[in-house]
Amino acid sequence: MTQDSLTLVPVPERKKTPLLQKAILYRAFIDSFVKLNPLVMAKNPVMMVVEVASIITTILFFRDLIIRTPAKVLLFEGQITLWLWFTVLFANFAEAIAEGRGKAQADTLRKSRKETIAQREISKDKYESIFANTLRKGDTVLVKAGELIPGDGEVIEGVATVDESAITGESAPVIRESGGDRSAVTGGTTVLSDWLRIRITVQAGETFIDRMISLVEGAQRQKTPNEIALNILLAGLTIIFLLVVSTLLPFSIFAVRAGGCGQSTDMFSLIALLVCLIPTTIGALLSAIGIAGMDRVLQHNVIAMSGKAIEAAGDVDTLLLDKTGTITLGNRQAVQFIPAPGISETILADAAQLSSLADETPEGRSIVTLAKQFNLRERQLAKVNPQFISFSAHTKMSGVNLNKKQIRKGAADVICTFVREQGKEVPAQIDKEVSRIAKSGGTPLLVADNVRGLLGLIYLKDVVKGGLKERFAHLRQMGIRTIMITGDNSLTAAAIATEAGLDDFLAEATPEKKMQLIRKEQEGGRLVAMTGDGTNDAPALAAADVGLAMNTGTQAAKEAGNMIDLDSNPTKLIEVVQIGKQLLMTRGSLTTFSIANDVAKYFAILPAMFGSLYLFSATNTPNHGPIWALNIMGLHSAQSAILAAVIFNALIIIALIPLALRGIHYQPMNAESLLRRNLLIYGAGGLIIPFPGIRLLDQIIVMLGLAPFS
Amino acid sequence: MTLIGCLQIIIYSLLLLVITKPVGFYMTQVMEGEKTFLEFVLGHLERMVYRMSGVNPQEEMHWTTYTYSLLTFSLIGALFTYTILRLQGILPFNPMSFSTAVAPVYATSMTPDLAFNTAVSFTTNTNWQNYSGENTMSYLSQMLGLAYHNWISAAVGLAACTALIRGFARQSVTTVGNFWKDLVRSLLYIFFPITFVYSLFLVSQGVIQNFAPYTVALTVEGIKQIIPQGPVATQEAIKMLGINGGGFFNANSAHPFENPTPFSNLIQMLSMFILPAGFTYMFGKMVKDTRQGWALLAAMFILFILGTFICYYFECRGNPNIRVQHVETSTNVLGDLGGNMEGKEIRFGLADSALFATITTDASCGAVNCMHDSLTPLAGLIPLLNIQLGEIIFGGVGSGLYGMLIFAVLTVFIAGLMVGRTPEYVGKKIEQKDVKMAMLFVLAGCFSILIFTALGSVLELPNKSSINVPGAAYNNVNNTGPHGFTEILYCYASSTGNNGSAFAGLTGNTPFYNITSAIAMLVGRFFMMIPALALAGSLVQKKYVPPSSGTFPTHGGLFVTLLIGVILIVGALTFFPALTLGPIVEHFLMHNSKLF
Repeated sequence: MTQDSLTLVPVPERKKTPLLQKAILYRAFIDSFVKLNPLVMAKNPVMMVVEVASIITTILFFRDLIIRTPAKVLLFEGQITLWLWFTVLFANFAEAIAEGRGKAQADTLRKSRKETIAQREISKDKYESIFANTLRKGDTVLVKAGELIPGDGEVIEGVATVDESAITGESAPVIRESGGDRSAVTGGTTVLSDWLRIRITVQAGETFIDRMISLVEGAQRQKTPNEIALNILLAGLTIIFLLVVSTLLPFSIFAVRAGGCGQSTDMFSLIALLVCLIPTTIGALLSAIGIAGMDRVLQHNVIAMSGKAIEAAGDVDTLLLDKTGTITLGNRQAVQFIPAPGISETILADAAQLSSLADETPEGRSIVTLAKQFNLRERQLAKVNPQFISFSAHTKMSGVNLNKKQIRKGAADVICTFVREQGKEVPAQIDKEVSRIAKSGGTPLLVADNVRGLLGLIYLKDVVKGGLKERFAHLRQMGIRTIMITGDNSLTAAAIATEAGLDDFLAEATPEKKMQLIRKEQEGGRLVAMTGDGTNDAPALAAADVGLAMNTGTQAAKEAGNMIDLDSNPTKLIEVVQIGKQLLMTRGSLTTFSIANDVAKYFAILPAMFGSLYLFSATNTPNHGPIWALNIMGLHSAQSAILAAVIFNALIIIALIPLALRGIHYQPMNAESLLRRNLLIYGAGGLIIPFPGIRLLDQIIVMLGLAPFS
Repeated sequence: MTLIGCLQIIIYSLLLLVITKPVGFYMTQVMEGEKTFLEFVLGHLERMVYRMSGVNPQEEMHWTTYTYSLLTFSLIGALFTYTILRLQGILPFNPMSFSTAVAPVYATSMTPDLAFNTAVSFTTNTNWQNYSGENTMSYLSQMLGLAYHNWISAAVGLAACTALIRGFARQSVTTVGNFWKDLVRSLLYIFFPITFVYSLFLVSQGVIQNFAPYTVALTVEGIKQIIPQGPVATQEAIKMLGINGGGFFNANSAHPFENPTPFSNLIQMLSMFILPAGFTYMFGKMVKDTRQGWALLAAMFILFILGTFICYYFECRGNPNIRVQHVETSTNVLGDLGGNMEGKEIRFGLADSALFATITTDASCGAVNCMHDSLTPLAGLIPLLNIQLGEIIFGGVGSGLYGMLIFAVLTVFIAGLMVGRTPEYVGKKIEQKDVKMAMLFVLAGCFSILIFTALGSVLELPNKSSINVPGAAYNNVNNTGPHGFTEILYCYASSTGNNGSAFAGLTGNTPFYNITSAIAMLVGRFFMMIPALALAGSLVQKKYVPPSSGTFPTHGGLFVTLLIGVILIVGALTFFPALTLGPIVEHFLMHNSKLF
């Protein structure tokens, strides 16, 4: 273990693909037009209204073209029409580009799946070439360097470097080997060196790639509950603004009659106002945000089975974290030799090392490493003809026999029995040491031999990963409780939980206990997230609101969870929660921004629309009646003002696409500070930004002579 | 603005904040079914009512049953009032013989459409009056037909809001309470005792209470004046407390018989706000976090005080065109006079008039002590906007708080996502159905106001037609220009908001206006109450999510700011264009020396 692997980088950005790639852009460009299909559009009520509005203005424009309306009017009408279409197209573009990244991946994936030829094992050392899509569960295949792995499976033999960039986008190759954590391979990835014998574990057509293709393409993308609720809100606001704008016509007719001057509002201005007022910004970006959220999870090498799962991750109140692998490094390590009275530390170290030479468990290796500090290195073992006794469930100890000398190590009770069997005493002090180590969260391992009796203890310690304490503190700030799940007894568990800074722990955990805990939390109204890999985790994974299954885990676990971590790194649950939160925050911030924008648009369009009304005083210039006083931005003319507002409304969609795709900046902090920060940026920002924005566009329009009536 | 004027507003505010908690505490006791200090007097009566009406007070209702009971009860009440109004000519307590052959010449006839409008108006707690009480209504109509609803409609609102609060307070159940029990308890323990004491107080101040025929007096100029009489005090008490606002006399609380002294004026203003204010505390108490209630009160109070001072400021500035004529309009006089005194009672002065106008429109009351029609344009915008915001700044009895709660739900939904969790309010997750109901509530209000105003401003009808005597709908306005538009807008805003105050200047007693404004009142009452109750039904089933440091905090200053922001932005975005063509342009024109 190197020291490097102990520290943990907070929220690692795994892959930095540029937001805009040429191929994706081109495709998104095409898709923006394809998506104009009203049947597709109908899913998005806000943009549907804009499309209908665009169609109406187009028809009116051509009508006016035919009846030979003055060119100046046509220029204005044409521009409005054009920008309304742009608004729709920009919205489509945002969605298309969000999908594009997934689609591009899906295409590569699909291509690889089609052309793959698998070498299926018929009998030992005999292979036949078949198409990958005819593989069945249970088949064994051989994949050599340079070949594609034909399906999802488990390595049963061999070690190889594998390029998994097709799925994960990570160009650095990973090692896949039989046994242990790195045995799972995914179809569609490439073996770079050496070879692997793989047992296929998933039927063709249901493989990870197949599922991924349908997920990333968004073909089966269903709106998440929160997205639906937000859509209702947006549709409601759209109806309100439809009412507002459609009643303006009668209102202005009244004003024309009552004031005896001016004109009632024209259709183009009304439609322009409508499109500016309805929440087009969030309406256009809403689905892009959702898709990008799934994409972001994917970049962390986690596959979410639905957007709903990511949303739920943002809501999680309780994280259940397995001790091993998540909180601790997974292996206990020897950190100290404590000799028995009358025995020197070197003797103890020597015996401990001898007994562990053949012990390939991480614990055993750490004992050998620790003993090296006592300069015990070279050994002429052959001379003493060692007989290694490995650990068995029956004896519960391991050790070595050197001629007549028997060295044993094991748990306290077994070794004490062994010592007594040899007719030796167990010093009372040892009991104290044993319970001291247990209390501090460690595991005491006793060492004895048949000559000298008890030699002492080895202090095995659970090593808590670095940086976790801070992250748990962040989580606590965000209101998320962390609970450690462990098979250890409560004493040990409490010590580790304290050291790692967790809120609570479940000791001596069994699948049933885990299940009970989830139920209890959920009954209290809390949402629970957990990780798991074993088959006996499956019920709990299914019951949890967010179940992150490890890719190395069993098929049952993978099916029960609603997310799969390709890297099989349980700590990633924390990242997933953060991505979920970021997704919801992006949605909320852009909604607030979108609604706050409307204030400025009123100040642009209302004076323009009503400028000609109630013009009593001779000092007023035409179209600059009393209501023109509301033109606080000092816009040039009625036409330029309306155009500027419509253009601003369209361009802001484009401007916010990167934000929608990347998600807003996120830093763990409590809700109050988060709210204050986002409210300041997106609420106050949304209120203020359009004022200079529209003013600037107005000046550009005037400069280019695009509003000739002025 | 004068110091004495500002002091009056401040003293009023302090009194209001002081009584909020005790009133709310008592309301909680009553509505939670606990024993109150009046139990020993009224307990028997309460049980007797249940026995006689066959109501089982222990029985809990699903929100649909609750709504069904409420609607049926309201419908029967409306029919009852309609019948009395139509038959008042042959019923007793009609000393002036209204609706008979020997009715006085100044009497207005009780046509079917006027009776319909009035019945709906009082059933919906609006008290929009297209008639003058003193020359249309018999004493029986006033006391039984109308005052009955002053009690009942307020109690219905109180019950509906209690049901919504239960939606937040209870968890994982399906029932929201028992409508009949809520109705009976609120009437017995809240409205009857308070109005009893309140009426006595009003009489002590000089409000009349008799059944005498109208007095004929000879004025100093030697002109014969008819001075109307009647059982005013009892109706006055519930008119203010129940936030009904329908005056016994046309002049409403500007009339010396309704509101004789500055002290009665202060108490009348307080009585409009005590129940809605108490409701906020009751909400906090029932959801077991009083901070939540105080936050809502804070939002209401800030909006109220802002409105009051804006209104007061523009009234003090008065009309520049009058100043040009060398008329002294400075307000530096002790009596808080000067500024714009048109349409005001000199007894009350500018501050108390502006304060009363703001309170009565905030509270969906509609009682007036000055003419809103005569306010300067921007001062007049405040009452109009108060109503358009949905009558949620304190608002009606119950309807104010449930409106405010719906805005709280919307606020949490729009902005709550910004903390990275799906939104929750007082421990309840806000989901699809809740948003749907909240949007329906908001939609109903703006639909009714905007569509009817649009009709009123352009609808062409034949001249002298039976449906609208002046002809086209826009001919009913008595002022030209934007002021006329404001009159129509105010009429439908006031009807929809169930406020009932009139901007005046609009001839409302025609079949067209009687029927359309009645529909607006029905929409504003029931199409907003039903979504609120449906929301209660949805919320009550949800589990309570305990708050954590990751939860959107809904009790601090940040939430209050946000709530105010959402109310103003949603309200402003909806009605700003209409207001531009009404009071705002009128304001600009006034400064261009053009008056309407």
